[in-house]
Amino acid sequence: MQKLLNWIDERFPLTASYKAHLSEYYAPKNFNFWYFFGSLALLVLVIQIVSGIFLTMHYKPDAELAFASVEYIMRDVDYGWLIRYIHSTGASMFFVVVYLHMFRGLIYGSYRQPRELIWIFGVIIYLVLMGEAFMGYLLPWGQMSYWGAQVIINLFAAIPLIGEDLSIWIRGDYVIGDATLNRFFAFHVIALPLVLLGLVVAHLLALHEVGSNNPDGVEIKKLKDPETHLPLDGIPFHPYYTVKDILGVVVFLMVFAAILFFAPEMGGYFLEANNFIPADSLKTPEHIAPVWYFTPYYAILRAVPPILGSQFPGVALMGVAVLIFFALPWLDRSPVKSIRYRGPKFKIALALFVIAFVGLGVLGILPATELYTWIARVLSVVYFAFFLLMPWYTRNDSVKPVPERVTTK
Amino acid sequence: MKKLLFLLLALPTAAFASGAAIHLDHAPVNPNDQESLQRGARVFVNYCLNCHAASYMRYNRMQDFGLTEPQIKDNLLFAAEKPGETMRVAMKIKDAKAWFGAPPPDLSVIARSRGPDWVYTYLRGFYRDDSRPTGWNNTVFDKVGMPHVLHELQGQMAPVYRTEKTADGHDHQVMERLELTVPGKITLAEYDALVGDLVNYLAWMGEPAKSQRMNIGLAVLLFLSIFYVVAFYLKKEFWKDVH
Amino acid sequence: MSELSVDPSKRRFLVTMSSAVGGVAALGVASPFVLSMMPSARAKAAGAPVEVDLSKVEPGMLLAVEWRGKPVWVVNRTKEMLDMLAKNDDKLTDAASENTAQQPDYCKNPTRSIKPEYLIVVGICTHLGCSPTFRKEIGPADLGADWSGGWFCPCHGSRFDLAARVYNGSPAPTNLVIPPHKYLSETRVLIGEDQGAAA
Repeated sequence: MQKLLNWIDERFPLTASYKAHLSEYYAPKNFNFWYFFGSLALLVLVIQIVSGIFLTMHYKPDAELAFASVEYIMRDVDYGWLIRYIHSTGASMFFVVVYLHMFRGLIYGSYRQPRELIWIFGVIIYLVLMGEAFMGYLLPWGQMSYWGAQVIINLFAAIPLIGEDLSIWIRGDYVIGDATLNRFFAFHVIALPLVLLGLVVAHLLALHEVGSNNPDGVEIKKLKDPETHLPLDGIPFHPYYTVKDILGVVVFLMVFAAILFFAPEMGGYFLEANNFIPADSLKTPEHIAPVWYFTPYYAILRAVPPILGSQFPGVALMGVAVLIFFALPWLDRSPVKSIRYRGPKFKIALALFVIAFVGLGVLGILPATELYTWIARVLSVVYFAFFLLMPWYTRNDSVKPVPERVTTK
Repeated sequence: MKKLLFLLLALPTAAFASGAAIHLDHAPVNPNDQESLQRGARVFVNYCLNCHAASYMRYNRMQDFGLTEPQIKDNLLFAAEKPGETMRVAMKIKDAKAWFGAPPPDLSVIARSRGPDWVYTYLRGFYRDDSRPTGWNNTVFDKVGMPHVLHELQGQMAPVYRTEKTADGHDHQVMERLELTVPGKITLAEYDALVGDLVNYLAWMGEPAKSQRMNIGLAVLLFLSIFYVVAFYLKKEFWKDVH
Repeated sequence: MSELSVDPSKRRFLVTMSSAVGGVAALGVASPFVLSMMPSARAKAAGAPVEVDLSKVEPGMLLAVEWRGKPVWVVNRTKEMLDMLAKNDDKLTDAASENTAQQPDYCKNPTRSIKPEYLIVVGICTHLGCSPTFRKEIGPADLGADWSGGWFCPCHGSRFDLAARVYNGSPAPTNLVIPPHKYLSETRVLIGEDQGAAA
């Protein structure tokens, strides 16, 4: 065994990689609950790829056959229903995990210097994931698939000058049709997953280059044992965090299984009732709302009134709402990273931001009445204010002194 | 296209304004009641399958609720030759369009798109309306294209109105309930039970794997709780090292 | 880090336990994925047993039906055809149908059939999967004067007699396959389902 390992190590850095990323990757010892979601995101990615591959074996990307092929999977394929529910539940759970993972970054300042690139890779992953989810949602070819895609693609049509041509180019037809379905399938099963995998590798390499942040926002690399040169507050990722993450994975899988086996439709939020009606280009369902993970942005889109008869401002603002996450490392001017040592101004701002984000998410699901539209406008302002005013309220916030070492309980 | 976008963004507002909540009766759905499913399947084959297909549903899947293949073959098969085939109808789409205005929808997943309660209320909500070409209207589906196929059983219902004042003081008529005017072959209570069985079957047909799903789910959760205990002690053991 | 409180045997036990439970989990997760690759209900329905009405097959004629996507021949052999079968025995590779994989037990007989006159056989050459041609004429010019009727494979020249037994010197190694079948009545046969133990 040792001989074989030596043989490989002379040709491929197997032991070296294992040490660098697992057994000798020193992570801060004070990770808490919020630090489960990174490894869980990786787990969901694997779940989605595996279940996706098996769905591809039975699914037919053809406007005539797509809907029937999904029902074929649900009924005729042995355990096809299970694989399909794994994939549909996984899609929603991916966003649950990613949103919590991003929130972790927000509260502990994980995007701050020197981790800007980790954050940027992460935001790109988030963007690609949105594209992946959007294109995947068209594939069942139900009414919500069709009309949801119709609305989103028409957003591009609102772009001045090139919009109309752009949306036709995206669809490959004047309406959403077979051509659109085929190209979305190609992007969903090959193109975007490849990009996603590459980005995840970059995200992890960047993380392991600078080391993990922690709930105290203390750099553990600053204090090393004078003899071993190992961080005093660091513990090897393996076995300590592998065994801890296994525990997290089991709990996560319990939640996952509870949804998958007992409420796969999740009250219409994970699988919508209208999506059990085949796509019909002549009949719009009464109430169209995007899937829940897009609704905060959809609410922002609807909150902006058309200017000079153009929807473009709303579309642009929605785009900015997503892209603004990129700027976060440079907007935050606080001398401390973690919320534990920040002052009240940041805490209030963050609380308002969470209210705005969740509130917009709820409003995006509800029909737009006049009252709701006004609430959405207020919340949109709060959403942007969180980012745009950050340089001011973080700079002159009263902060607590940060300890030298990480704290545990 | 821009117009369409406007329409789509504005549409939910309109839909909400018009869609006053319709009261739906609770459908007695129980996927473990095999006898109810068998009765429901018979009603489905005898009445619905003349016009509506269930083209994702194979006849032999009914073995899941206790029927044997010969039983299915002898009692329920007439459109298909083999129990392995799906429930199709002989009616041509073109004819259907001419007769009903639109082809009758496939019912394989109707209970999943409409919900069993809606279907249950709908099938009991037909009433006589001579202004309609079919002579029938429905409490939950106004101006429905489908005639009351089960009227021989239920009989004929007529709406009873009550007068209400609107906010600005005008009187207007509100449909309160339906009343039996011409009795059918069975009583209303029997009819409700029959529709209940049918809807139970439709709900089952929407997702035949449902009871298997729940059974596996229980086993998985049980297994995961054992896994949890092991993982918990494993973590505790290793984290003894960390101070 | 204090190493004092560590009990290595307890640790080893827990790691083994976790690995075992994890292994069960992996098997449990893998099985539905593996099973999903088995023939689906649609494939099974398409491959369902096929019923054939034998009264439609006149003596000396061949009826081809499709079962699981393969041609299955139903041949009504005449008295003369049956009489000729025994004369071929020494020219055949497996005259007594010793190779049990090629027919169900109830067809391991000189005529390779349940009823002597009706031969039911999968029309796929056991050499490379071509479908042989039915040549019932006696002694045609291209097959030679001693040809007593049977099948000739156009791909590589394998020859079979009227019990679908392969002749010596053919590229095909074995006799043609007799599919499982059973008689529902005198004239109705179901291809694809074995008849009970008693043949």
